[in-house]
Amino acid sequence: MGCCSSNNNKFYYCSSSIGKKQLMAISAVMLVGFSIAHMIGNVLIYFGPKYINLYGYHLTSNLLLPLAELLLASIFIVHIIFAVILVVENYLARPVKYHMKVNSGRGANFASATMPWTGAIMLVFLIFHLINFRFGTIYMTSYDGIEVRDVYRLLIEFFSNPLNLVLYVTAMIAFAFHLGHGIQSIFQTVGINSPKYTPCIQKLCLLLSLVLSVMFSTYPIWSYIKSIQ
Amino acid sequence: MSEYDNNGMTLFLKIWRQKCCSEKGEMVNYTVKNISADVSFLEMLDILNQDLIKKGEEPVVFDHDCREGICGACSLVINGEPHGPEVLTTTCQLHMRKFKDGDTIVIEPFRAKAFPVVRDLMVDRTTLDDVITSGGYISANTGAAPESNAIPVRQENAELSMDAAACIGCGACVAACGNASAMLFVGAKVSHLGLLPQGKLEAQERVHNMVKKMDELGFGNCTNEAECEAVCPKGIKLTNIARLNREFAVSSFFKKNDSGTKQEWS
Repeated sequence: MGCCSSNNNKFYYCSSSIGKKQLMAISAVMLVGFSIAHMIGNVLIYFGPKYINLYGYHLTSNLLLPLAELLLASIFIVHIIFAVILVVENYLARPVKYHMKVNSGRGANFASATMPWTGAIMLVFLIFHLINFRFGTIYMTSYDGIEVRDVYRLLIEFFSNPLNLVLYVTAMIAFAFHLGHGIQSIFQTVGINSPKYTPCIQKLCLLLSLVLSVMFSTYPIWSYIKSIQ
Repeated sequence: MSEYDNNGMTLFLKIWRQKCCSEKGEMVNYTVKNISADVSFLEMLDILNQDLIKKGEEPVVFDHDCREGICGACSLVINGEPHGPEVLTTTCQLHMRKFKDGDTIVIEPFRAKAFPVVRDLMVDRTTLDDVITSGGYISANTGAAPESNAIPVRQENAELSMDAAACIGCGACVAACGNASAMLFVGAKVSHLGLLPQGKLEAQERVHNMVKKMDELGFGNCTNEAECEAVCPKGIKLTNIARLNREFAVSSFFKKNDSGTKQEWS
């Protein structure tokens, strides 16, 4: 922590344990926001090819899109870089491991204990998801003379392979666990914990992570069903 | 011999033995016989040590002091849990009635980079003292005791402060944490002092300096798993960590001195 002795508090903040965690929490809020928007946008798949394709067209034809993508990428990068730093520091904080260590059953759970692993799965998923769709095969179609990318066809084609379906749904299970601990953890990290509201906040966070992961799982399943029909 | 000759427990112990900080340690098996259900866990270790001394072997070194559950000297990770299986209880207050005849008990020291093993089960927890000396005090000159109602304190704050002050600094939170983080300890100290009028004056500086020291000493980062809260023998709550997080962020971005003007510190 080279900048600890710096007179600049804000610079020190980014290298402090709590600062790093809060930067992860803030980036997580933005990523959850993005996930919600992504989930809502994808609902258009159910309305047929025209809706999702035109949605994609309007999204990509917006001149601010590269800026938004850059912003999103930097949020992801902040979240990932600080995650790696924190995981390494946490690993080094206990050089000799316990011979026998059991969780009390009143604290840690599967989701909280596997955050680095589910996070790593999400990273691998993210890379493949970008390759598969963002930089995937470009089919074209046209509506009322406008040439648009046929993402619907790509979607159906991609999920006609059951292996892709299984991998995507598995990734969404990891996503559910990651968010299950992650979203409610944001509140604690930024300092919001009250005996009165926290139990309710935790339940709502769990519900949100469940809604997100279940909804995201339905798209591949639906696409697969469509493809075999 | 004693009345327990026939009904005392036989226990199989696996104990971490390590000559000193720099040497590698290992788990060593011991068997203790005729252990009364009424003796405390540390007394059981005393009995083992007496046996070892009689046999001419080195006794097992472990920390203990008041044996009343209030000093924070005893430690030990028993069967994978700091201070053993009983909730809200220090090792010294744990009794052998919690175990059954023929049980195998695994006993290890608190493990963390910031808690180097001194010998066997004894670890050096002066890092917690270092965190305290970095800001866990009130240096405001308070003069003579004021008239009792001169400084009003909200009942709620008095209660929260007293709850946090129950921390005995044993380090079980660090031992239980998957990341060896000392956030519950620091959170308790920051809450205990910062919630009262005398401690408020230095609250921002305190939180800043204590977190900085905690980071320097090689404690891990909190991942909000609440294992610390679960094993804390004094029931220190996770809300103290939330307060620490909140006050650290505020002290980093909106620091003020007691006259309300902006202040710089390193």
